[in-house]
Amino acid sequence: MLLRRSALARAAFGLGFLWTSTWDPVALRFGALPFIYGTLATTAIAITIALPLGLGAAVCLAELMPRRLADPLTFLIELLVAVPSVIYGLVGVFVLVPAIRSVEQAVAPVLGSIPLFAGPAYGVGLLAAGILLAVMIVPFIVSVSREVLLAVPQTQRDAALALGATRWETVRDVVVPYARSGILGSVFLALARALGETMAVTMVIGNRPELAASLFAPAYTMAAVLANEFTEATDDVYLAALVEIGLVLFAITLAVNAIARLLIATVRPAPGAARP
Amino acid sequence: MNATYRHRRRIERLMFGATAGATVATLGVLVFLLGYIAWQGMSSLSWSFFTALPAPVGEAGGGMANAIVGSAKLLLTAAMVGIPVGFLGGVYLAEYGRGSLASWVGYAADVLNGVPSIVIGITVYALVVIPIGHFSTLAGGVALGVMMVPVALRSTEEFLRLVPDSLREAALALGAPRWVTIVRVVIPAAGRGITTGLLLSLARVAGETAPLLFTALNNRFWSPGWLQPTASLPVMIFTYAIAPYEDWHRQAWAAGLVLLALVLGTNVLARFLLRSGAVRSA
Repeated sequence: MLLRRSALARAAFGLGFLWTSTWDPVALRFGALPFIYGTLATTAIAITIALPLGLGAAVCLAELMPRRLADPLTFLIELLVAVPSVIYGLVGVFVLVPAIRSVEQAVAPVLGSIPLFAGPAYGVGLLAAGILLAVMIVPFIVSVSREVLLAVPQTQRDAALALGATRWETVRDVVVPYARSGILGSVFLALARALGETMAVTMVIGNRPELAASLFAPAYTMAAVLANEFTEATDDVYLAALVEIGLVLFAITLAVNAIARLLIATVRPAPGAARP
Repeated sequence: MNATYRHRRRIERLMFGATAGATVATLGVLVFLLGYIAWQGMSSLSWSFFTALPAPVGEAGGGMANAIVGSAKLLLTAAMVGIPVGFLGGVYLAEYGRGSLASWVGYAADVLNGVPSIVIGITVYALVVIPIGHFSTLAGGVALGVMMVPVALRSTEEFLRLVPDSLREAALALGAPRWVTIVRVVIPAAGRGITTGLLLSLARVAGETAPLLFTALNNRFWSPGWLQPTASLPVMIFTYAIAPYEDWHRQAWAAGLVLLALVLGTNVLARFLLRSGAVRSA
């Protein structure tokens, strides 16, 4: 269905659609690069923040806390998954964006000359979207990682402790490596969610189809441009170009999901199973 | 205790402290989110929020009665699409599912679960909105229904799998055909779990905004019937939050509080229902 509806754009722009950075509905010239860049950049920021946070919390909940305390806390964190994304967006617009704007104003005199932090302080932009996405995907990482950590056989821990390792060394050198592919799987699931996330990102990213190096610059993502412009697309080519963006997004998330599934399937060893 | 060991213990304490910090930070986000929305929403909620139509631009007051009814209608449509497909699919996978067709059904459900909601919106736009010619409650409901299917299917399947085989064998031994066993024995035994799972799948789509943007669109008035564009709570929150009017922002917070209470309430309720046993044993 998506293929058929985007035929017009594919015929008009060919593969160049993927790396042209012009987005001009008036002249009917379309290239998806700014959106692909925005999606990948925000997702990268989100994962960079969410991975240490999520993994740390998962280790704490699986290895340190007694089950009676960890189970209710995990349930609370899993509640965050159920919060609708538009509500994250609401909080993002009114709390996160002003906060980031004041941080930007504070650091501008010091770091303004570095391209990564250059540009006027809008508040909205890549950084805001990245942080908001991080908050949204941390619960995924925590809940799946904790489960794989709990599935690591106790004998593995006992063996490491018996060799004289501290508990931290046990976690770092034995438990986490043992659960590595499961944890990676949780990260990919989180990635898929971050890539496809629409509402929260649309509300805080600033919606400007440009390639910007600065974290503070407004940008645009594939999902956001669909949300904003789909109902306003008056021309057939315009509409087809948007559908093609949807197609690209679909393909990317499909690939990420498939990788995640493979990784999760390779763990789940039988309890007590030996491992080379 | 030599120096190396003390050093290792220090690192251990440091790192475990960091993981505890990560946990506290994550929980802090939840507490902050709930607290902030409750605080902002409470001060903006009023009786007219539930009973009045949105006020014209520039005028204070008004409510979101049409959006609340719109959301209810959308969810009803979604339930009529999503529950039968998801439920029957789950029964198929749990009771009959062997071989390659079953694994393809399961795989398709997982893929569907991973599809970004906005892409589902586009697909339904092409399948329902274009043939009808305009945006409608029906199209929005179908989009939400499609999103429900994988969740409803997987939870139905999982709860049916929890029913012990001895129950099935007992029914079959009494001479009941396969379908009678399933309808009269297996499904009632897992009834509570299945119902909870279906409720959760409904709660999941209740807050979805992206697929509604170009299926149900929005509407500032009551939406008669099923073939007109309709307002819904999530879309109203989106529209009001990015609008430049102070009064609209307050309405958005109120709507956010109502939506959040609805969704999280369902989740907590489900948790308690499941705690006292999802499946009746014998």
